[in-house]
Amino acid sequence: MQKPKNIIQKVWQQHVVHQEAGKPDLLYIDLHLVHEVTSPQAFEGLRMNGRKVRRPDLTYATMDHNVSTRDRNVIKDPVSKKQIDTLKENCQEFGVELSDRQHPDNGIVHVIGPELGLTQPGKTIVCGDSHTSTHGAFGALAFGIGTSEVEHVLATQTLWQAPPKTMNVKVNGRLGTGVTAKDLILAIIGKFGVQFGTGYVMEYTGEAIRSLSMEERMTVCNMSIEAGARAGLISPDETTFEYLKGRRHVPKGEAYEEAVAKWQALASDEGAQYDAVVEIEASEVEPQVTWGTNPGMCIPITASVPNPENEEKANKKDEISRALQYMGLEAGQAISSVEIDHVFIGSCTNSRLSDLRKAADVVRGHKVNPKVKAIVVPGSFSVKLAAEKEGIDQIFKEAGFEWREAGCSMCLAMNDDIVPPGGRCASTSNRNFEGRQGNGSRTHLVSPEMAAAAAVAGHFVDVRKFTAQEVL
Amino acid sequence: MEPLRIHTGIVCPLNRSNVDTDQIIPKQFLKRIERSGFGQFLFYHWRFDDEGNLRKDFSMNHPKYQGASILVAGENFGCGSSREHAPWAIQDFGFKVVIAQSYADIFKNNCVKNGILTIVASEEQVQSIMRKAENEEYSLTVNLEDQMVTDNQGLKFTFDIAPYPKEMLLNGWDEIGVTLNYEDKISQYELARK
Repeated sequence: MQKPKNIIQKVWQQHVVHQEAGKPDLLYIDLHLVHEVTSPQAFEGLRMNGRKVRRPDLTYATMDHNVSTRDRNVIKDPVSKKQIDTLKENCQEFGVELSDRQHPDNGIVHVIGPELGLTQPGKTIVCGDSHTSTHGAFGALAFGIGTSEVEHVLATQTLWQAPPKTMNVKVNGRLGTGVTAKDLILAIIGKFGVQFGTGYVMEYTGEAIRSLSMEERMTVCNMSIEAGARAGLISPDETTFEYLKGRRHVPKGEAYEEAVAKWQALASDEGAQYDAVVEIEASEVEPQVTWGTNPGMCIPITASVPNPENEEKANKKDEISRALQYMGLEAGQAISSVEIDHVFIGSCTNSRLSDLRKAADVVRGHKVNPKVKAIVVPGSFSVKLAAEKEGIDQIFKEAGFEWREAGCSMCLAMNDDIVPPGGRCASTSNRNFEGRQGNGSRTHLVSPEMAAAAAVAGHFVDVRKFTAQEVL
Repeated sequence: MEPLRIHTGIVCPLNRSNVDTDQIIPKQFLKRIERSGFGQFLFYHWRFDDEGNLRKDFSMNHPKYQGASILVAGENFGCGSSREHAPWAIQDFGFKVVIAQSYADIFKNNCVKNGILTIVASEEQVQSIMRKAENEEYSLTVNLEDQMVTDNQGLKFTFDIAPYPKEMLLNGWDEIGVTLNYEDKISQYELARK
């Protein structure tokens, strides 16, 4: 009998083009997603060397970082406009399919890949964007690359990659009521740190993971990079196949059945070995809020901001002090007492239909606190349409949220959605780095439900206890 | 890409861990479509205040680090966004070598593609280099061929690097040019998978 393998090893082996001593493996790439920020220099490199895109049919481009969420047709910043126009020109010149900002398929690259069925189990997927790990939710090996690697994939459809170490991230039991996939991944990073995944590809396993929907799985895999792992994935199952069935780029009819059989075989074998294993109990996870300047600096909503004096190591003390100073927080302060003035519901982590539904359920019948500016940015044009069909936009608008067009928006503030200096934002995005949402801005990462509750209360509240009385 | 074999240069300490690429090069500078000219924006909000003046309390701004070409930092350097603008900025500013306790994977890869050597050193080694560089103008010599770091005060330690990035850096190769020699293999793979 063959030695049991995990899904990472299986997908890797299926994509090795060439192996030789002293070199990493030459790995074939099945899908290359491209956006405007990390591609211009790569296309320019091709041009300068007289090279072509080897497989335009395996390459798909969208524009998401610079697009305005107020009016899809207007980009005020001429430098942003130039980057957007450059992508369009490059796609025309090199024959790459593009959903530009007016196209009905447009949206955040990690939202539309799955939506269109481009993302499938067993594929190797790359993009010049670290949150490419999102696509791992389908059992694809998906990772972010730099612009030189973008150029390399455009020219050769391959990458030289050393086989990664593999890690099993086991999530036992079930998440409690009001505790989300976002809380789970934040709790994992909070527990094990922002670099425990470095050098690894992680597979999320366990009962809690199996019970997540595809959109929840995407939230978890999306933030693998925040744990240092280039890729994080989940073995495909019925939930995966059900999501994919009927999507545009997914095989139809008999071909679909054949594909499902292949996908099923990819799941990690019973008894498969990993280079490392970590475990967490889902039932112990509470709604999380980050207090500091990296995603590992997070605590349950019921807890208080840490005190640097409790740390032994000088550099750890410094790190906490610096983070508290930047964030304008006091050591020992209850996180629920922290008042906010901005709320952002969106990003490749939490902007899908189910995220918006859950946030809307919290908001329904309430008003946004008068001192809070709250915006909802759907992940794609199609998410926006679907939400409007259900009346979700009305719930948000009636509560006082701004309902916007799709894009990356305030996650990294490359367009005009910016948190001002000193502003404090409850954000459903993935990074709370200094200045991430605007120079001098302060970001607290939370789930869509927690962001919605904070918008109403004007400070962080435990969404599990959120009621109208509580708000007053 | 310029080959890198032996390099001697002034050390600039950055005594922090988890330095993310948003700090190395903030997002407002990612809109440019050129590959050059990012050095002026390196660590922008740490080097400059809101009025655009140099921050005196940021170590890198001290005159003794002028012309430094070796950057030393703590753990998990270059975490976060995959933006290659980060190594472009580091290189354009004048750095050729980074020494840190550990690196984020994508950042480390991006450095190799641009001819920047990333050396992993122990916490003791990093802290000892930091202290010296904070106290005096301090230079190191990095020999990639021998995988050795030395100073003129008797410091000497070796570092690990995989054969492939070492070869790329030593020769300054265009990786795509190398890979295109494997065109037959790639075509065979594509045919076999059909």
